[in-house]
Amino acid sequence: MIATAGLAALWFAAALAVLQLFSGFLALRQPDNPLTPVVRPLAMAQAGLVAFAFLCLIIVFVQTDLSVALVAANSHSAKPMLYKVAGAWGNHEGSMLLWVTIMALAGGFVALLEKRLPEPTLLATLGSQAFVSLGFYAFLLLASNPFARLDPVPAEGNGLNPLLQDPGLAFHPPTLYVGYVGLSVAFSFAVGALLTREVSPNFARAMRPWVLGAWIFLTLGITAGSYWAYYELGWGGWWFWDPVENASLMPWLAATALLHSVSVLASRNALRAWTVMLGVVAFAMSMVGTFLVRSGVLTSVHAFAVDPTKGTFILALLAINIGAAFVIFALRAGTVSEGQRFAIVSRESALVFNNVMLSAVLGIVLLGTLYPLVAEAMGAQVSVGPPYFNPATAVFVVPMLVVMGIGPLLRWRRDKLGRIKHFLVLPALVLAGVAIWLSLRGVHLMPLLGIALGTMLLMVALVPLKGRRLRTVTLPLWGMVVAHFGIGVALLGIACDSAFSTEKLVAARVGETVSVGPWLIRLGRIEPITGPNWTALEATLNASYGGGSTSELKPQARSFWTPVQQTNESAILTRWNGQLYTVLGEEAEDGRWQLRLWWKPFVTLIWLGGALVALGGALALLGRVLSDLRRFIAIDKIAYRRQQQGRL
Amino acid sequence: MSAALKPKHQRLVLVLAATAALIAAALLAAWSLRNQASYFYLPTELVAKPPAAERAVRLGGMVEAGSLKTAPDGVTIGFVVGDGKARVPVTFRGITPDLFKEGSGVVAEGHRQADGTFLADNLLAKHDEKYVPREMQQMTTQEARQKVEATK
Amino acid sequence: MASAPAPSRWALWLPLGFFAAFTALVLFAMLRPADRAVKSAMIGRALPQFSLLAATPAQPGLARADLATGKPHLLNIFASWCVPCAVEAPQLRVLKDRGIDVVGVAIRDKPEDLARFFARNGNPFSRVGRDDVSAIQFALGSSGVPESFVIDGRGVIRYQHIGDIRADQVELIAQKMVEAAQ
Repeated sequence: MIATAGLAALWFAAALAVLQLFSGFLALRQPDNPLTPVVRPLAMAQAGLVAFAFLCLIIVFVQTDLSVALVAANSHSAKPMLYKVAGAWGNHEGSMLLWVTIMALAGGFVALLEKRLPEPTLLATLGSQAFVSLGFYAFLLLASNPFARLDPVPAEGNGLNPLLQDPGLAFHPPTLYVGYVGLSVAFSFAVGALLTREVSPNFARAMRPWVLGAWIFLTLGITAGSYWAYYELGWGGWWFWDPVENASLMPWLAATALLHSVSVLASRNALRAWTVMLGVVAFAMSMVGTFLVRSGVLTSVHAFAVDPTKGTFILALLAINIGAAFVIFALRAGTVSEGQRFAIVSRESALVFNNVMLSAVLGIVLLGTLYPLVAEAMGAQVSVGPPYFNPATAVFVVPMLVVMGIGPLLRWRRDKLGRIKHFLVLPALVLAGVAIWLSLRGVHLMPLLGIALGTMLLMVALVPLKGRRLRTVTLPLWGMVVAHFGIGVALLGIACDSAFSTEKLVAARVGETVSVGPWLIRLGRIEPITGPNWTALEATLNASYGGGSTSELKPQARSFWTPVQQTNESAILTRWNGQLYTVLGEEAEDGRWQLRLWWKPFVTLIWLGGALVALGGALALLGRVLSDLRRFIAIDKIAYRRQQQGRL
Repeated sequence: MSAALKPKHQRLVLVLAATAALIAAALLAAWSLRNQASYFYLPTELVAKPPAAERAVRLGGMVEAGSLKTAPDGVTIGFVVGDGKARVPVTFRGITPDLFKEGSGVVAEGHRQADGTFLADNLLAKHDEKYVPREMQQMTTQEARQKVEATK
Repeated sequence: MASAPAPSRWALWLPLGFFAAFTALVLFAMLRPADRAVKSAMIGRALPQFSLLAATPAQPGLARADLATGKPHLLNIFASWCVPCAVEAPQLRVLKDRGIDVVGVAIRDKPEDLARFFARNGNPFSRVGRDDVSAIQFALGSSGVPESFVIDGRGVIRYQHIGDIRADQVELIAQKMVEAAQ
């Protein structure tokens, strides 16, 4: 019953999307046709219907309605409630419905709230939003119906795999999805603006909150995903340049570039064609990411359910949407006028520089990720890893970070380096001092550069606040300061990890003490324990920092039996100045146990930095949305007064 | 200097600078991909056309039954990877991955040493019954042999 | 200023060009595994000699002689610990109900786990052999579970299906069984 209602709502919403597409683009040719006024209400109604369909899916999962094939395949009546609900989007069909839902809701909000753009541009935006969603509707309704029924109804569901009951798995994919879909809105705005030749500061201001929102979620998703891989894989690393990781990094790089060029367009009416192209590229990268993860054309250390037919469908959508957008870009971008000019030394130039550097990094990551396919086409099998990615990206990231520190100090349009010289003297001295101190301690070049640059960034990031009363600093400025500060924090964490980490790999007897960095670690005992679907050997380690009081860590070597699999569950002890990371291996023949121990000073700064960057984005978004709301309310009041006066 | 720049030329200069940077990125990528990508070798290929000793490569094959030995330190293992034609001794220091055992497939990441042995930094074994490194997808001992046959 | 020309028109087509190259590359990559899957080295070859003990006390084991009886068989390699195998069970039941003789090889399994698996998912097999060292699996060129082989009446492999048999593939398997009977 509920499933039927959900399916009906979905079909109805798809029909509305067809109408929205048609009437949105018709309005471009004939602005005064009778369908024009219904485009906005259509977008809102579509949002309501899809939200209802998604709600229906959650309800059938909560009720464990086993007549729905998706529930039977992925849920179980004995599952904890959290995972029943998360099960609704923890599978292919449900995640596609989630994608469409977020997209339709975003379209509805644009239709409801956006009053700055000229009406034709807005209608073209909603039209292209409908075009993109229609592809996903077709995919859902024709190839992966989430509400398909089972007859006869099975007695119990098939989805009680406790391996998949992990809060990280429940919330990580939707976080990235919100990011990807947010970029689809930016894409629609870009296409709408191209079609109506309305690439203006107002267009940038309308697009900016969506880019910001998407970027915040992508930042959170990447940060959380990196921490998850760090503690789950038990390899001590936090980034592996794996295709799945690159798939989430590439949209983030494009979105970061877009975020900054949108700011230039909004404040200074420059970088018009470039911003529009980035809008298309950012969404293209989201779809490329989804495609690479789902299609299995590249192998990954993160086990993933892949299905080539679904990959083909996503590739087709990707080709149609992005191909069409690039054709429109090629035809129209030549007619987009140049915009305001700026001097070589100006904030615009700094932002252009960073945009170019980000694009270069994006290109390097994309080429490195795809190279195994290129090589395979030529008959060789290769894999590309950190020896390629680390130095090749560093070449562009280092100058970018230097300019990131200086850029916010520059004025728009035209400035002199002499004016900001005195802000930079102290940070430059600190940079040089830290670098010399570290090189005397024998730290390698890259980590040395990272620590020195990170320390400098922490100082420079705060300079824009100098001389201002902190209470009057606007939220977007706070956002920028916090985000740039967060980049410095993350860089420090990365560099400290690679400069100061110490690792020890030993085979120890019970009762033996091992030292790693400042820690003394005693192997207390090894005991077998059991979990819901695994047995494990658990080591009890008594760790004492510099001979002080001891804490216990319990790493495990787990054996699962459905499916048969062994994992090394790391145990991590966090102190303010770093993490002790322990992994238990196998028993050697003579009764000793393999232990792998790391002391990683300040490694937590990596994720703290990521969280700060997201927080900065959130502050900026809040500031923009609040000022937009204030503006809308003021406009409404004026309109209301005019109306009143008109009546009098 | 910016004042001397003709307005019309500003866009051109910007575009040229950006293009130059991106071309530099592409060239850098191409150059370092050629040097840093690690090629996949079967034992036969590793013996026939050995790569430079310091170059990172991946070696894939079967862990030969009876070849697995643990060194006295308890954490260094030695084993032989074979494909039915050639055999390569491998040394690895670390905790072995799930399902790494004699008779199963393995991909070892590392480099060939001057004495012909292989020093692995990392081992990838079958993740579960369905997951196999791409290069190993179809490689039972028998098919590894076929592949060697085909490449001869 | 509004008429300032773009640096050059053709440059605007570059993004599309790069994108087309990307699409061509991944299309190539996606097409290739497809024809790799079709090519199974084992098709047309006779089964190797083997004889497996019974996996459960309730049913007989499996040997090569049991398959060369003049009648085609569907040989299914499975395990109780394998999730896709449970998903596949209803399709095997359908095939069995159509009169196809389905025999199983349980990979690295225990009798009590198998009994539980059959109680939950049904048992479509007339014989189940146990293969604790994956010997048959390797001999057949099978890389994972589940996998199914259509064996004709002379004990020759006629078709190999990798992965679980999905509902829309039942017809395909039934068709291959009919071909094997001819």
